[in-house]
Amino acid sequence: MRVSMKVDGVTYEDEVEPRTLLTHHLRDGLGRVGTPIGCDTSNCGSCTVSIDGESVKSCSVLAVQAAGADITTIQGLAEGSEWHPVQKAFQQHHGLQCGYCTPGMIMASVDLLTRNPSPTEDEVRHGLEGNLCRCTGYQNIVKAVLSAASELRGEGPIAGSFRDADEPVPATSGASS
Amino acid sequence: MTEQLDAGLVAQEIAEHPDALSKPYAGGELGRGRRRKEDAKLVTGQTNWTDNITLPGLLHMTVLRSPMAHARILSVDVSAALEMPGVIAAYSGADLADVMGASMPCAWPVTPDMVSPVHTPLATDEVRYVGDGVAVVIARDRYAAADALEAIAVEYDQLPAVVDMEEALKPGAPLVHSEKGTNQCFVFDFPGAGADYAETVKNAGDDAVVVRRRFRQQRLIPTPMEPRGVVVAPIAAADEFTMWSTTQIPHILRIMLALTTGIPEHKLRVVAPDVGGGFGAKLNVYAEEILCLVVARKLGRPIKWTESRSENYQATTHGRDQIQDIEIACTKDGTLLGLKVELLADMGAYLQLITPGVPVLGAFMFPAIYKMPSYHFTCTGVFTTKTPTDAYRGAGRPEATYAIERIMDELAAELGRDPMELRRQNWIKHEEFPYEMVAGLTYDSGNYEAATDKAEQMFDMAGLKAERDRRRASKDPVQIGIGISTFTEMCGLAPSRVLGSLSYGAGGWESASVRMLPTGKVEVVSGATPHGQGHHTSWSQIVADSLGVPFEDVELVAGDTRSSHKGMDTYGSRSLVVGGVAIHKATGKVIEKAKRIAAHLLEANEDDVEFGGGTFSVKGSPEAKLTIQEVALATFAAHNLPDGMEPTLDSDYVSDPENFSYPHGTHLCAVEIDTETGFTKILKYVCVDDIGKIINPVIVEGQIHGGLAQGIAQALYEEAVYDAEGNLTTGSLVDYLVPAAPDLPHFDTGRTETPATSNPLGVKGVGEAGTIASTPAVMNAVVDAVRQYGVNDIDMPATPERVWRAINGEGSARATAGTVAYGGTSTGSTGGAAADEALDDNRSAL
Repeated sequence: MRVSMKVDGVTYEDEVEPRTLLTHHLRDGLGRVGTPIGCDTSNCGSCTVSIDGESVKSCSVLAVQAAGADITTIQGLAEGSEWHPVQKAFQQHHGLQCGYCTPGMIMASVDLLTRNPSPTEDEVRHGLEGNLCRCTGYQNIVKAVLSAASELRGEGPIAGSFRDADEPVPATSGASS
Repeated sequence: MTEQLDAGLVAQEIAEHPDALSKPYAGGELGRGRRRKEDAKLVTGQTNWTDNITLPGLLHMTVLRSPMAHARILSVDVSAALEMPGVIAAYSGADLADVMGASMPCAWPVTPDMVSPVHTPLATDEVRYVGDGVAVVIARDRYAAADALEAIAVEYDQLPAVVDMEEALKPGAPLVHSEKGTNQCFVFDFPGAGADYAETVKNAGDDAVVVRRRFRQQRLIPTPMEPRGVVVAPIAAADEFTMWSTTQIPHILRIMLALTTGIPEHKLRVVAPDVGGGFGAKLNVYAEEILCLVVARKLGRPIKWTESRSENYQATTHGRDQIQDIEIACTKDGTLLGLKVELLADMGAYLQLITPGVPVLGAFMFPAIYKMPSYHFTCTGVFTTKTPTDAYRGAGRPEATYAIERIMDELAAELGRDPMELRRQNWIKHEEFPYEMVAGLTYDSGNYEAATDKAEQMFDMAGLKAERDRRRASKDPVQIGIGISTFTEMCGLAPSRVLGSLSYGAGGWESASVRMLPTGKVEVVSGATPHGQGHHTSWSQIVADSLGVPFEDVELVAGDTRSSHKGMDTYGSRSLVVGGVAIHKATGKVIEKAKRIAAHLLEANEDDVEFGGGTFSVKGSPEAKLTIQEVALATFAAHNLPDGMEPTLDSDYVSDPENFSYPHGTHLCAVEIDTETGFTKILKYVCVDDIGKIINPVIVEGQIHGGLAQGIAQALYEEAVYDAEGNLTTGSLVDYLVPAAPDLPHFDTGRTETPATSNPLGVKGVGEAGTIASTPAVMNAVVDAVRQYGVNDIDMPATPERVWRAINGEGSARATAGTVAYGGTSTGSTGGAAADEALDDNRSAL
């Protein structure tokens, strides 16, 4: 089937098999490999992208179902070289380690903050329930999202548990609040 | 100074572009919470995962896997698959028998008589677990390759599954490898370095108190978020190959591929591109790596294989899976007499790279932080028709730590003592280091008192105990339990001579090279291969601090056997304590060489030249100085070097650690258990870890958090379950509970700092500490909450069902019916006649 969709600002028109998953079309068809695949049961959320402003696991959608859609992947989130506040917050709060879940986690977080600009810690945890991370234990992801929320509200990023990047940490103090 | 050096074109270039030269070193890199260099590509989706790699003419491989746990293969017919559109080739095991090598490697024969079955990348005669590879299809795209699997016809003659380790060892049990005549892989017996255990307890006579428990280390599925994948690009005419693999160990993999396939080592280049987590599951040589290689060789075409998650759960190694019979003895005043450990360790169907070594590593860890005169460890490896086990975060040490920390609580209950007080009585005091353990290791440093004091303070032990006791007295339906884990572990694998004494197939050194570039920038090459740990950042800090160059001016080269040609890779919390130390030592050699050149250029005596903050200066002549970048440029130009001086500052160091690394800490956990539903909620989790000197506290805290998550997951959530026919019933993320954000608590982390004395940086490993420590802390809390109901153990994971059953008098709520709870003779209640009787039983059992 002939399918047209806009991905990260570029319109593509391609012939796809009706059974092709959107995630495979993005990766194999369009070469948008910034969105990785972590499972085959729509549990892990690594492949989360934004379709017409809503976060969707791209393995749970057929490419043909996304015909005519405006899709943003992690590769289209930054404005030029200026990262989205959620991207910045993930680095600042060390919300990633291996980084494999990160594209999906960030896209899900962006959507979460669109729907709830002032979430509590608990709301962030539940809002990201569909995205698995095996490295971080989630604590720093939650902090990053809360910090990005604050920044998006115009209140500036919140201080993290870490001391400022430029300040050496005293030898025997607790490393976190 | 640059002009004086007369370095020609380069100097001119730099004069015109002053930014090209480095800024001066600002200092303070070590211990600084640098944000990670690697994040830029990861948060913008510019990462180079193996599955992202595409090449002209790339073909896709899929693997047909056995649906049965155990069966004889009668026939494999791939002819219909070959007729499918887009299919290039299809091969059974028999088709590839000549090229896929005689057997995949196991590098750790733990005993001389270990039974080591043949393990071919595709099964040829029998399949031995659900997921065992039977045939492969090569097609133009991944969909065509997947479709064609369904056209392969395989005839099986089903054989009995072997799922229970104890049953497997009984005479007449069905055999996983019939040609071996036994399901027993090995018996590793280690009497420790102290007195005889039985003798010691016997000599104590009536003063001996003995407690036994049987603990179950359930099977876990490591689940790195990136499943495995392989791409192989051949240069057919030259018989040369490049492999990209989602591996933790490109260097070891290259050697093993060469030995297995006969392709010469120098014709193989192995690259670990960006790798999305490993946790031990990518510390291996896998069938698909060999298959992609030999098929690419056969077809002369590039081949890719990408694992699905469901495949990952069957075909990637699992972790843990032990039955632990633990016996601990002390005198009536609580002074430990000794520990006896008898393990059954499930190997699964075959031996992967270090399968048998994992439980054996635990042999050295069970006595943990406690002084005791006697110790005896025995481990029996058992074959079953399940996915092979191998390293999973902690590999042998979480199992050991769980057992000792759980049984210390049971011993405290038996004695009617406070569990922390009993620990304090028996642990090594800080002034007693270095301390030679009953298991033969020498712990270099530690301060268990300091870590514990700090943890108790952060935890509000007194307040939580008061609340626990209040709820207990009021018979509140929601009870509180408090759990302790005062752990240590051995990591930083490892001194090569020790590995040799344990029959491991390689050394434990690590390699580093520091390359000074003409413009003063630095490339540091490490043989430790990152897959999420933040090596780029931490290594930059080490190099910056040592050479006195800006953090931004350092770049890491790793994970490619062509550019980082020598290494032992990443596992066992070794990257910093072995690899980081190698980098530190290599920078020392750079400075040594640069100093000679600086002295020459400054026309000073070498002994008068001092180095600090990136600058060489001459004692007593404050103006006479050169930065290390200027020396690098002068060395590159080589116009004016000391006679006979090699024109390079580049230096290598291969560092073999003198000892293991012994991080330690105290973890405290409070849980709330709803006695009506059995649901466990973590109220508070505090950990104070002592990992010596810290390079980057942000990265350290991330490692601790992630470790805690995996250890807590073992306690409460995760279990790989096989049914009686050997089917993995938790074969996807739908059925296997990897915790999500709401399933985990907030962690309160703190630290104390007792520098390691076994390396010049004073550092200890941290990658596995959280996982090792947290499981017993949680389970001790769970048992503490329900001990009042006569419960003294619950199998992991402590699901609501198991906890409810335990509270409601269904014994230990074991998953496996018919298992003798608590090793048969232990106490179901503390004190009283029952306890005395059990003690008598225990003593007579000796």
